Amino acid sequence: MLKKYSGHPYIMWSLIFIVFPLLLVIYYSLVKASPETGKIIFSVEGYKTFAQPLYLKVFMKSIILAIEATVLCLIIGYPIAYIISTMQAKTQKIVALLLILPMWMNFLLRTYAWMAILKKNGFLNMFLEALGLPTVNLLFSDGAVLLGMVYNFLPFMVLPIYTVLSKIDKSVIEAAGDLGANSKTVLRKVVLPLSIPGVMSGITMVFMPAVSTFVISSLLGGGRSVLIGNLVEQQFLSVNNWNFGSAISVVLMVFILISMGLMKRYDAGEKGEMSLW
Amino acid sequence: MVTSFRSKLHNFIKNFYTLLIFIFLYAPIVVLIVFSFNASKYGTQWEGFTLDWYIKLFEDRAIMKSFYYTVAVAVLSSSIATVIGTFAAIGIHNMKPLRRQVMLNINNLPILNPDIVTGVSMMALFVFFKAQLGFITMLLAHITFNIPYVILSVLPKLRQMPKDILEAAMDLGATPWYAFRKVIVPEISPGIITGALIAFTMSIDDFVISFFTTGNGVSNLSIVIYSMARRGLNPKINALSTIMFVSVLLLLLIVNRQQGKESKKTYRIKGSEM
Repeated sequence: MLKKYSGHPYIMWSLIFIVFPLLLVIYYSLVKASPETGKIIFSVEGYKTFAQPLYLKVFMKSIILAIEATVLCLIIGYPIAYIISTMQAKTQKIVALLLILPMWMNFLLRTYAWMAILKKNGFLNMFLEALGLPTVNLLFSDGAVLLGMVYNFLPFMVLPIYTVLSKIDKSVIEAAGDLGANSKTVLRKVVLPLSIPGVMSGITMVFMPAVSTFVISSLLGGGRSVLIGNLVEQQFLSVNNWNFGSAISVVLMVFILISMGLMKRYDAGEKGEMSLW
Repeated sequence: MVTSFRSKLHNFIKNFYTLLIFIFLYAPIVVLIVFSFNASKYGTQWEGFTLDWYIKLFEDRAIMKSFYYTVAVAVLSSSIATVIGTFAAIGIHNMKPLRRQVMLNINNLPILNPDIVTGVSMMALFVFFKAQLGFITMLLAHITFNIPYVILSVLPKLRQMPKDILEAAMDLGATPWYAFRKVIVPEISPGIITGALIAFTMSIDDFVISFFTTGNGVSNLSIVIYSMARRGLNPKINALSTIMFVSVLLLLLIVNRQQGKESKKTYRIKGSEM
């Protein structure tokens, strides 16, 4: 009884609240109200609009910014993950905890903090002025958006890499040393290859939220930095063009699921029934 | 001599880099906290210590109301999701492989999909059924994105459980419900607790999905912060950040101490088994 039926409420729930809504978005992306009769007709106009250079550019810009943020997180995050993994067990725990602590604060507050720092007479410029350096106007630029992404998603990169690194069998590293490898060779030939699964999940965990964000771009980018997320938000909440908004959502969803699928091939860590993607 | 100098330099670089990263991570938070006590409203100039922003924060009806909604949604959605998710995990655990695979993939959708797609699709659902956007719709959305996390935390515990433990209990005369309460739940309770905690924090922290699924004057803290931040800086947000950071810090310290105790306990149990 228990074994057989306890899953049923959730089967119903997921059909209504997960599967059906996604089908609904796909449906809305393919229909629109006919301008003459007001009837619902089949139309791929949403996708056609999206294929216009103007919107493709927005899509490309989101992808490029997300890639830049991911690469930066990797460059900054890998060394710190490695450094933490070489610390003593007790310090390691505390440092790792300090690393996730900011993540526990509301995402919007963390982004808002950068507004206060980057604005014209903000904290950064006050600091620069005190040093006698020229002030910069960073807020409401792509650079600010990139900074916001790196700041918010850096822990997502560091944590999986750190987890993998700290699980590496120390005797493997010792063995490499005994066999004559110097520390650089050990790092390059042993530690780095073994940490690839962590790097892969770090990349997915940074890239995914970065490519679809609209909060960071609307707070730190002002009106100037429109990303694909902003486009979806506008179509649903202000322009009210569900056909177009749904088309973008479908493209975004397919893009994410495909790139996740590609990433998973290299991610040896999570095999089995966790996921098919 | 040379090697010791090199290893010292090595250590210095390591520590310096760690310090830089932590400055980067904490500087914004420190700035917020310091300026929540600043008397000046717009400037970054220090104009003396004040607690005005905290008083104004608590006097702000909109913020207090949204705080109430945030907590209410988090408590309700995480408890409901924990109940549904725990039963669902048991069901999924006992499904035939193909069905289980399909169910797990559906379950992963809200986790893998960008928040904005989940938000938009749920909004489409509610509008399709002509439901009034507000507290109930936001609650339903939160339950939906919380359940997968509960399931993913409970499933591993079910896999660790001895296979025929339920049958054994029932052979010994337990009713299914009694066996569930006295045998299964104690075995998987760490997973249930982890799942509930993840669900609670996800709900507290959510902005995007709430943003699309609420309406009618109901908003959570994230939404209020977003709309305030879009209008520019506001010292009340600084005060709010300080309060939230301190509460998170305290919570984490408590959880960490609790975990420390627990890990000691499990260690002892494992040791006695050996």
